Amino acid sequence: MYRYTEFDAAFVAERNRQFRAQVNRRIDGSLTEDEFKPLRLMNGLYLQLHAYMLRVAIPYGTLNSAQMRQLAMIAERWDKGYGHFTTRQNIQYNWPALRDVPDMLDALAEVGMHAIQTSGNTIRNVTADHFAGAAADEIADPRPVAELIRQWSTDHPEFQFLPRKFKIAVTGAEADRAVTRAHDIGIRTVQRDGETGYEIIVGGGLGRTPMIGKVLRSFLPEADLLPYLEATVSVWNLLGRRDNKYKSRIKITVHEHGIEEISRLVEDRFAILKPSFTGVDQAHLARIREDFAPPAFVTRPVDAYTRAYDSDPVFRAWADTNLSAHRAPGYAIAQISLKAHGATPGDASADQMRVIADIAEQFGHDEIRISHEQNIVLPHVHRADLPEIHARLKARGLATANIGKISDIIACPGMDYCALATARSIPIAQDIATRFDALKLEHDIGDLKIKISGCINACGHHHLGHIGILGLDRAGVENYQITLGGDHTEQAAVGERTGPGFSAEAILPAIERLVETYLAQRTGPEEPFIDTYRRVGMAPFKEALYGPEARRSRAA
Amino acid sequence: MTRRFTPKVVTGNALLEGDVVYLTVDDQWTRDLAAAEVLDDEAHAQLRLLDAQARQNEIVGAYLADVKPGAAGPEPAHFREAFRMRGPSNYAHGKQADTR
Ligand code: HEM
Ligand code: SF4
Repeated sequence: MYRYTEFDAAFVAERNRQFRAQVNRRIDGSLTEDEFKPLRLMNGLYLQLHAYMLRVAIPYGTLNSAQMRQLAMIAERWDKGYGHFTTRQNIQYNWPALRDVPDMLDALAEVGMHAIQTSGNTIRNVTADHFAGAAADEIADPRPVAELIRQWSTDHPEFQFLPRKFKIAVTGAEADRAVTRAHDIGIRTVQRDGETGYEIIVGGGLGRTPMIGKVLRSFLPEADLLPYLEATVSVWNLLGRRDNKYKSRIKITVHEHGIEEISRLVEDRFAILKPSFTGVDQAHLARIREDFAPPAFVTRPVDAYTRAYDSDPVFRAWADTNLSAHRAPGYAIAQISLKAHGATPGDASADQMRVIADIAEQFGHDEIRISHEQNIVLPHVHRADLPEIHARLKARGLATANIGKISDIIACPGMDYCALATARSIPIAQDIATRFDALKLEHDIGDLKIKISGCINACGHHHLGHIGILGLDRAGVENYQITLGGDHTEQAAVGERTGPGFSAEAILPAIERLVETYLAQRTGPEEPFIDTYRRVGMAPFKEALYGPEARRSRAA
Repeated sequence: MTRRFTPKVVTGNALLEGDVVYLTVDDQWTRDLAAAEVLDDEAHAQLRLLDAQARQNEIVGAYLADVKPGAAGPEPAHFREAFRMRGPSNYAHGKQADTR
């Protein structure tokens, strides 16, 4: 993976030194909060409901075991012994004390990590397919490009005071596991006439005006990437609405000016910028690519795997749900669910982090990924080692076999932590997971994505859930609105509202009625929820939620 | 007819730990809502808020939160303030842990 150069290390050390001084000046009273706030946000430090929160970038979701162990150490020494992995491939610490934050940042720098540009109106942590470099359906590893973009965008003088935050996601595969269509810019690696290039998607985003991104350029040659991105961001930097933060994202700019007009402006700007990119970036990209060379895969028998698969039903269930196809024969991609039934989605204890680090070091070519679904991925494991890996995970409560199932819920922190929340989301996720586990229906229901946000900002991607849940405050009471038919894949779609929301007590029964309706309506177990919904439409689900029978059972 | 003023307390987060704090009658910061000064008069509430906001090197983000009278002192009027008073619901962290 990418190794920090001396330049990178010096840059981060200098930034940390400055921030330490800024924290000291805040504590001794020489900086007011108004002066300090932009400085702390530049370094990933938020103030939430009960405490500060430090958001640490995990660029393109890739970690090695030393980094994971350091995250565990930080969780134990300066937090409450756990960390929260988010949909943007970051880790958040929910309880740091202000005085300790500079030490935490120094500890992160020791393993080449930081919190720069995890907040504020800058180009944020660039996210990528969490199966990068491993997926069987991959055209090219997206991470070298993500790293190039990170270096180009970090402290880019033109892009430190953008109209609003700017999020970029990159994928190198056919299947879109990086939700590229819900980002300000999504980059999809594509091939045309044997040449590799990019499809550039612009203006996607969630929040209060969810939009699916539009294609800005269907094929961009590889070498044109940075000048083209620079052109796009700078067009928006000038046009973007700084007068109204709800209209400032590029999705609104694209909506207001139209994709044709934006495309024309970008192409004009690109023509001017292109000559100033003399190819240095491409030479640099080639060097970065060397750092992402695939590990040395070996050929070994997989008998141990087959034996365990045939004899141990618990292992088999885990293998069937949590493994994905790897490009190398004999290998698999293993997902470690951070969604044990009833647990907080995305949380991992320091102990669990260390177990994962040990497994990755011993069996996984020292690679760990964080997925936007708030799970952990071991991208390169040999099938022969899987029984041992599974046993170790099981001993730490990390072997839940539910990837992609109804309890594999994305939930934002909601009103348990977040100062912007209008309702809680974590307890709703806990209730749903616990209930369907008790019903033993999870595997029968099959693939079904539930995503929950605690306010309209949509950090929990609720618009993209097959079932989306949005927590609101209705006259001083928590109220949950349901959307159906959202999709986070290459067929990205924004879900449609079913109607009036449900109270915290009524939301779980409502979800149960939706699932019963699906089970009754599907052609068979091979038709997943989303396909049934697309075939039969909203009507039967609406009936289940609001029809006479639902009213009767509510009155009872 | 003028609307009745909902009683308020001044609240914010402690600068160093980020803990939820409330202003008392004698200008202390307490972590216990029941010990906070209840403000029944709008003009007085605004003055108390200004006082609190001036104490930049003790707290962050002071504001007025609605309360209702309770047996042991003021109680939160809205669920957000109830969570702030208690801590998160997924772990016994925050105030609920400190006051046990
Ligand atoms: C202190 C906690 C947080 C704050 C203050 C916060 C704030 C926000 C705001 C204001 C937006 C809306 C942006 C816009 O529409 O312009 C947003 C969007 C988003 N946030 Fe958060 N967020 C927080 C935590 C999280 C967490 C924990 C995650 C991951 C689980 C996350 C991931 C996202 C994503 C994916 C979006 C939507 C994509 C987009 O349109 O930008 N955020 N956040
Ligand atoms: S969706 Fe709202 S409640 Fe949830 S983390 Fe984002 S800002 Fe907070």
